[in-house]
Amino acid sequence: MSTLTMEKKTHFAEPIKNMSDSKKKPSIAKISTNNVNVFYGDNKVIKDVSIEIQEKSVTAFIGPSGCGKSTFLRLFNRMNDYIETFRKEGDICIDGKDIYGKKVMVEELRKMVGMVFQKPNPFPKSIYENVAFGLRIQGIKKRAVLDEAVEHSLRQAALWEEVKDQLNKSALALSGGQQQRVCIARALAVGPSVLLMDEPASALDPIATSKVEELIHQLKEKYTIVIVTHNMQQAGRVSDKTAFFYLGNLVEFDKTKKIFTNPKQELTERYITGRFG
Amino acid sequence: MTNLDRELKQLKEDIIGMMHLVQSQLKKANKAFTKQSVSMAKEIHSVENRVNATELSISKNCENLIALYNPVAGDLRLVLAALKIVIYLERIGDHADKIARYVRKEKISSEIDAKLLEAISFDAIFDTALEMVNDAIDGFINENTEVARLVFVKDEIVNKFYKKAVIALAGKKTDHSEDAINILYLFSIVNKLERVGDLAKNIAEETIFYVEAKILKHANLKKK
Repeated sequence: MSTLTMEKKTHFAEPIKNMSDSKKKPSIAKISTNNVNVFYGDNKVIKDVSIEIQEKSVTAFIGPSGCGKSTFLRLFNRMNDYIETFRKEGDICIDGKDIYGKKVMVEELRKMVGMVFQKPNPFPKSIYENVAFGLRIQGIKKRAVLDEAVEHSLRQAALWEEVKDQLNKSALALSGGQQQRVCIARALAVGPSVLLMDEPASALDPIATSKVEELIHQLKEKYTIVIVTHNMQQAGRVSDKTAFFYLGNLVEFDKTKKIFTNPKQELTERYITGRFG
Repeated sequence: MTNLDRELKQLKEDIIGMMHLVQSQLKKANKAFTKQSVSMAKEIHSVENRVNATELSISKNCENLIALYNPVAGDLRLVLAALKIVIYLERIGDHADKIARYVRKEKISSEIDAKLLEAISFDAIFDTALEMVNDAIDGFINENTEVARLVFVKDEIVNKFYKKAVIALAGKKTDHSEDAINILYLFSIVNKLERVGDLAKNIAEETIFYVEAKILKHANLKKK
């Protein structure tokens, strides 16, 4: 059994370690990291990264493969905890609370921080059961509550109109783009406030990609979204701010318009213009 | 070198080619006027179509570049600057052709008093406008914004010459309708040269936008 599941169950919303209580500058950011280092064994893969991500915004992480952007993203829902050699230094706070605090229950954290992966990964269940899955795990059994949550989540994922008459159909029978939106609906059903997306459209065709991007735009009104993407144009289209990572360093973090028109760092310009290496 | 690099290099070479073409048109217009060379004036007119065609060709290449390569940052600024620079160059070419037209069709200066040309500093206006075009071109070719900024200083000089020339031409009294027509033609030419200076300034602004990512249009001159 993982050490995480052995922790005492504490609701994440309870104050654990508030950044404003410490000597550090108070932050109004939804997500903030302070001098974060990440190690896999002796290998330092994230180097002294401090960043503040504002609430209800879309932030894109870009950078070449192996630069640490996905590792950094996975810090926000503690996905790296499963890696045996993983170790981190520095503070990572959501709503001003240290998400790596001893009392934090990871399952509770993940209700608050949903994640969508590169490849659509619906369970081999019906569309309905996919979306209701998280709620059932939470012990919600009332059909009316589940029905409402499933419809609401599918509507938010811009999929309701397409699947409302076939909710019992296997999610695996849907197209790739629809499967990805089922996964987004599944993530939204448990009521997160942060949505992490690790290359959510890289396996999709242009039409499905466009729908996912439009969805990100709509979801921004309610959620704080952090997206890892290799697609420069996608980062430009969907995000408010962009962070460029290279060799574990945060090279530049600025408004997306600034990054793609006149970045401060030459390294950033070389990367986004494809003159790298 | 990536495909995008090759396309951008070609774009820059095409713009430089058009710059030299237009520069040559303006120099010839000066010579055609000074020497009253109808043949040179005709030559300018025959090249004018090439200037127009080059503008269209470069604009189309810019459109393709944006559609196919999605340039960003400095690359995007080069393409955006190129789209405007070719328009400015085409207009300078137009002015050169129209100045030559006065030699080609209207036979303007055969009867013009040399003292009048001196009074309106005609040669100085023409030379300064040409210098501005040269500086704007050098600034772009060498990505040298210091040289590009020289254009702004010279634009003020041309503007002063222009105002002086307008006053001198307006004050010229004549009883001969032929002289009056010549004065109007001269005013028209001086006006075109002042516009050439403005267009050179626009090119310099685009070079600074491309190189420094600064937008100078409508900015206070002192802040440029």
